[in-house]
Amino acid sequence: MTPELAAAKGLEARGVTYRVGGRALVEDVSLALRAGELLAVAGPNGAGKSTLLRLLAGDLAPISGEVLLDGRPLASYSAAALARRRAVMPQSTILTFAFTALQVVLMGRYPHLRRGDRTSTDEEEGSGRRSAAGRRWAAMAASWLQTALGAGGTEGPEDLAAALTAMARTDTSHLIERRYPTLSGGEQTRVTLARVLAQEAPLLLLDEPTAHLDPRHQVTALDLARALARQGAGVLVVVHDLNLAAVYADRVALLDGGRLVASGDPWAVLAPQRLAAVFGLPFAVTRHPLLDRPLVVPLPAGAGAAGSIGGHGRDDQDRGRHQTHELVIGRSEPLCM
Amino acid sequence: MSTIDIGAARSATAPVSPTGLRLPALPWAALPLLAMTLAGAMLLAAGTGAVSIAPGQAAAILLSRAGMALPVEYTAQQEAVLLAIRLPRVLLAAFVGAGLAAAGATLQGIFRNPLADPGLIGVSSGAATGAVAVIVLGLRPLGLYTLPAAAFAGGLLATLLVYRLARRGGRTEVTTLLLVGLAVNALLGALTSFLTFRATDPQLRSIVFWLMGGMGAGTWPTLGMAVPFLAVALLLLPRLGRPLNLLALGEGEAGHLGLDTERLRLAAIALAALATGAGVAVAGMIGFVGLVTPHLLRLAIGPDHRMLLPASALGGATLLVLADLAARMAVRPAELPLGVVTATAGAPFFLYLIHRTREQHGGWG
Repeated sequence: MTPELAAAKGLEARGVTYRVGGRALVEDVSLALRAGELLAVAGPNGAGKSTLLRLLAGDLAPISGEVLLDGRPLASYSAAALARRRAVMPQSTILTFAFTALQVVLMGRYPHLRRGDRTSTDEEEGSGRRSAAGRRWAAMAASWLQTALGAGGTEGPEDLAAALTAMARTDTSHLIERRYPTLSGGEQTRVTLARVLAQEAPLLLLDEPTAHLDPRHQVTALDLARALARQGAGVLVVVHDLNLAAVYADRVALLDGGRLVASGDPWAVLAPQRLAAVFGLPFAVTRHPLLDRPLVVPLPAGAGAAGSIGGHGRDDQDRGRHQTHELVIGRSEPLCM
Repeated sequence: MSTIDIGAARSATAPVSPTGLRLPALPWAALPLLAMTLAGAMLLAAGTGAVSIAPGQAAAILLSRAGMALPVEYTAQQEAVLLAIRLPRVLLAAFVGAGLAAAGATLQGIFRNPLADPGLIGVSSGAATGAVAVIVLGLRPLGLYTLPAAAFAGGLLATLLVYRLARRGGRTEVTTLLLVGLAVNALLGALTSFLTFRATDPQLRSIVFWLMGGMGAGTWPTLGMAVPFLAVALLLLPRLGRPLNLLALGEGEAGHLGLDTERLRLAAIALAALATGAGVAVAGMIGFVGLVTPHLLRLAIGPDHRMLLPASALGGATLLVLADLAARMAVRPAELPLGVVTATAGAPFFLYLIHRTREQHGGWG
């Protein structure tokens, strides 16, 4: 993919506002998710993270502003066309009926299945809809027979392969036969992530994919998200853990009260003063002991002013971007290397 | 940035080869099994009564009609009873049972609630209002067909009303649909009660019989009226199987997977109303078949609607054929109202479902 093409690909919110009952949940937010990047969205409870995700997913229509997918307004896509371009992972999925984990993951293949009731190439909806009524009846009869007689579901081996690969990547292969409602919260989260991966969409919107996960699976999930981004996917992750955002994200977007406070490089966004203002809590920001990434530590009440402990050893060009938060409570050599 | 690759090895897990693992198989064998059970129940019901006809004789009579002679003897009386009385009645019970159960399974999928039943969308109470209205007002513009026609129209109109009232901004939320259904059911119930209150004694008798349900109308002409609607619904409903599966994930999730949930809801409600309305119109109010059959089958074959919908149709047909047989035989020579039989068998099972749900989910808080 050429860089120019890559720039046009992706999701872009332009001045998006969403209100419920006069209260703005998202206010004039402009944010783009590009192919090949991992974008973390962070912010306190009620900051509008999930609402923004739902606006980007097309679940909600903005009151003003617009969301573009690959340069076209989101509303111009059919649900089916959208499903082939973007996958959405909800915060949690409560399953009404006791499907197995593999059945759930296979549901992620729905956008790719061949179906009798629609043309397989309905990239642009509407064309060919009014084909001969007789052919539609024949297709319906054939599809009914297929359903009723079980002449093979419409899932093919490639769908199974995609589902199994997704389950392997989320460490859920051993849960294949288990009924989804009997899984633990963390297992359900990982199976849901597998379902979203099985959809094989180039854009992924993940609402707290690390919720309910133990540290190892948090890391696995975000390793996976980053690996997908490196393979060219655009991945948006809503996370509460600022350090996970700091370690994994190419860019961090910080929301507060529905507004986008800052977005960009983790070092630039996760500045102690900004965090203090957004979260109402003093923060210390230091350098990750092993990585060239910020490490964010909330301080207990009365522990002092927000500050940046330790230098982060970045070049001057980078340092220039951090001049807005030069109130530091102490400077020392990096704790480790 | 190379320092970030702390988990690269783990994230690059090799894809598993699908060899050796197959797509989860649906228990398709259940369908022929259920079909054979239905055929057996129908033969049993067709052969039982004042004139008894052995299954072999019944088969011989039917096959002789198709031009095949079996070496089984039967009397002309047996042939007449089977063809003119029992067969249409058994077929009607089978079709109505199939329609109610398939509609129940569909609505349980749409409402994402295994305790939903066809009455939720107003079709039953609308049919009752329509039927009671023509009885009390003494309308007979269509002769004998007035009552089923009015019940059918009442059922569909009530469903349409529920759907329109629940619709806002092009969307019909399931909870709104449920609540609107409750309100419309209450209103129609009041209307039916008022009409019943105004009825004369002979009218009351007709009303009571209709409300309690029964296959007494099981003749070829009634069958010819109801079956086209039921057949259309029964043929089309299984096509909703996979979309209904996706809906189990939740509306938003199903939408993210490219499912047009509004279209699905409309199709499901229309077909369920068609099946229930046509059944109720000719057989009166029959409870619990639509509620219990899908639940029973879900326990046996799992939740996949692709399988559950045809299986529910076959199972519901079997149950109603047997219930009608019980209704005919329990208090010979009189006949129990069918609704009494289905409720007597269904209500205890419903209690068991409630108990089971509490056991599994710790109650409703």
